[in-house]
Amino acid sequence: MSAAPQKAKAGAEKIDVTVSAVVPLNELVTRFEFKAKDGRDLPTFSAGAHTVVQMNDQGRTRLNPYSIMSDPADTSHYAISVRRDDEGRGGSLFMHRNVKVGDEMTITFPVNLFSLDLRARKQVFIAGGIGITPFMAMIAQMERLGGQWELHYSVRTEALGTYVQELSYKHPGKVHVYYDDQSQAIALEDLLDGQPLGTNVYVCGPKGMIDWVHATASAAGWPDANVHSEEFTKPQPGKPFQVRLCKSDKVIDVGEHESLLEAIERSGVEAPFLCRGGACGQCETDVVSFDGDFIHRDHWLDDDQHANGSKIMPCVSRFVGKSLELDR
Amino acid sequence: MTIQFNEETFRDDYSFHNSDWAIKRFPFPFHEDSYMYAVNMEQHRGGPEGSVYEKRFDVDEHYVSEMRDRAMVLADDPLRCQSLPHMTLAGWDLLELIMVSKSEDYPDLFELHRNGNQWRWVNKPLGIDDTFTFLDETTLPYGPMEYITRQAQGDFCVLDQRDDMLWMDAGMVTTQADWSLDFDIGMNFFEWHAPVPLAHEMGIFKRALKFLLNIQQGAPARRLNWTMTVNPLLDTSPENYHKWGIQKTTLTPENIGAKQHLRVELQTFFRLPRSNALVFPIRCYLCSFQDLMTMPKWGRRLHRVVRDLPEELATYKGFIDNRPMMLDYLSQFDDGLPTSRGVWPDLDTEPALKKSS
Repeated sequence: MSAAPQKAKAGAEKIDVTVSAVVPLNELVTRFEFKAKDGRDLPTFSAGAHTVVQMNDQGRTRLNPYSIMSDPADTSHYAISVRRDDEGRGGSLFMHRNVKVGDEMTITFPVNLFSLDLRARKQVFIAGGIGITPFMAMIAQMERLGGQWELHYSVRTEALGTYVQELSYKHPGKVHVYYDDQSQAIALEDLLDGQPLGTNVYVCGPKGMIDWVHATASAAGWPDANVHSEEFTKPQPGKPFQVRLCKSDKVIDVGEHESLLEAIERSGVEAPFLCRGGACGQCETDVVSFDGDFIHRDHWLDDDQHANGSKIMPCVSRFVGKSLELDR
Repeated sequence: MTIQFNEETFRDDYSFHNSDWAIKRFPFPFHEDSYMYAVNMEQHRGGPEGSVYEKRFDVDEHYVSEMRDRAMVLADDPLRCQSLPHMTLAGWDLLELIMVSKSEDYPDLFELHRNGNQWRWVNKPLGIDDTFTFLDETTLPYGPMEYITRQAQGDFCVLDQRDDMLWMDAGMVTTQADWSLDFDIGMNFFEWHAPVPLAHEMGIFKRALKFLLNIQQGAPARRLNWTMTVNPLLDTSPENYHKWGIQKTTLTPENIGAKQHLRVELQTFFRLPRSNALVFPIRCYLCSFQDLMTMPKWGRRLHRVVRDLPEELATYKGFIDNRPMMLDYLSQFDDGLPTSRGVWPDLDTEPALKKSS
């Protein structure tokens, strides 16, 4: 049909916000809070959702996804916690160095790729480091719903235990903290073994931890559908390469420190996206022709698609070779 | 505008009728002279003033009578409304979405007053004025989904999203084109679409699912679907097929213009914020052939679409036996002139029907 055709927008709907608080929590992590610029409540969200924060870094647009960690029942503000990554591409450094209370920023509507299974009889949360953030919102939601949950939270040191004190104080008996520097580790096999039927497990943290939880649960006979994870892959730097965009009839250069998606956007071509981390599938792009090798880093395409070179996820994946033509 | 609500029935004496206003805004589904499946999604953010696409939840002259018909269906068969236990939160999401939308879009008909979780809902056309506590089921006469969908036209499927899949885990379904919520409850997207011919082979459902899983808050979508119904029946359910199926045999060349209706579904999709579920309202619009023929463009086009529709689709949509009689009738309104593109009637620019000698 064509009742009133409107062009689909790239990314989720946007919200203009004002930074209402900047709270350093420890050496590496700072919390940022946003309120709607127009003074109204922000959109309701579900625990596990993220927002993409748009940063204007000296004329360069950075778009980084962060889990919303505030209580979903309180839409007067959103909170995110950002871990400074000195080796990264600069988004977290920009947040830490440049963002001040009163700044005006743009964020997207919440998008949830890591939602709670509301059928679960019990929720077990497993967090590593900054992976605690989605669970802050999930815990608030579970407390409100009166559901059963427990958290197993692995941190490097006491000093870097973001929200450890708050969580332990509010939920004694439900929160279990493990300190790497004291050689404490989650006894995962025992933990999984003791759960009632209908339990769901959620893991957010480094890739190694996510793989470990999936593999251990699978070996213990857990159904895949009961084990949930969220991993945003960050685009990695790589050798510059050239791409021809067929539909737009443009040839663009992808720099060493930018993603293919960013290069497409920089050239003025609108491309769909949501998570910018290889998970949501929104930026999936057809390959018209190629002569070279793909460096696929997404969690979206299947192995066949990775192998045959028919598609690429430009938010995280790159290309090395003579030529690449995309249907964009 | 203030809507004049019709006093009418969708059963027994079938006093349902469309005003000139309703005919003009009927969501004619064919944008060209032929039809084939397509995902055909577009964003649902308003549309031309007065059209059925303008508001988030369209309210029209049939509202009060449709709600009365729904209450009768539910009284006979309570299983038309079901919600699995984990879907209650999604029910509250839906209640909020409809109350906020209707009170903002039709302030003369609906009011919502919120003070924290103490809400007062006023529905003037149905004479309802209720105060309740949001998220507290004990303060409403029904569950939240049932409460609000007894006050909203169209069927509502509330789909849970898990494991990159949608699940038919709740719904209010009383105006359906021959499918059963009680049969489909708990099924996934591919399971409940299993009976549809051709589209699976075309990969339509895989693409549609991918699209639906990615519908985000603040960015609802819509599409149209259609079928044919003899007599203006809202409840064409499998449960009641023994009552309405036989009516398809009552068509005659004399009564077909009045009895045969084009049934169009305006399907919309909204992400629900607290539950991350997806609600899929299916709004049914009926228009008799003779009313449609008052728009020359629609007359020409409907004849061509029905004539050229693949046999599988005419069978699936349930009118293969009546197609010859439909074509005899419709061909009188097709003079062979070209039609303009798009779904609109273009009454001012399309030529009147050339009478054949």
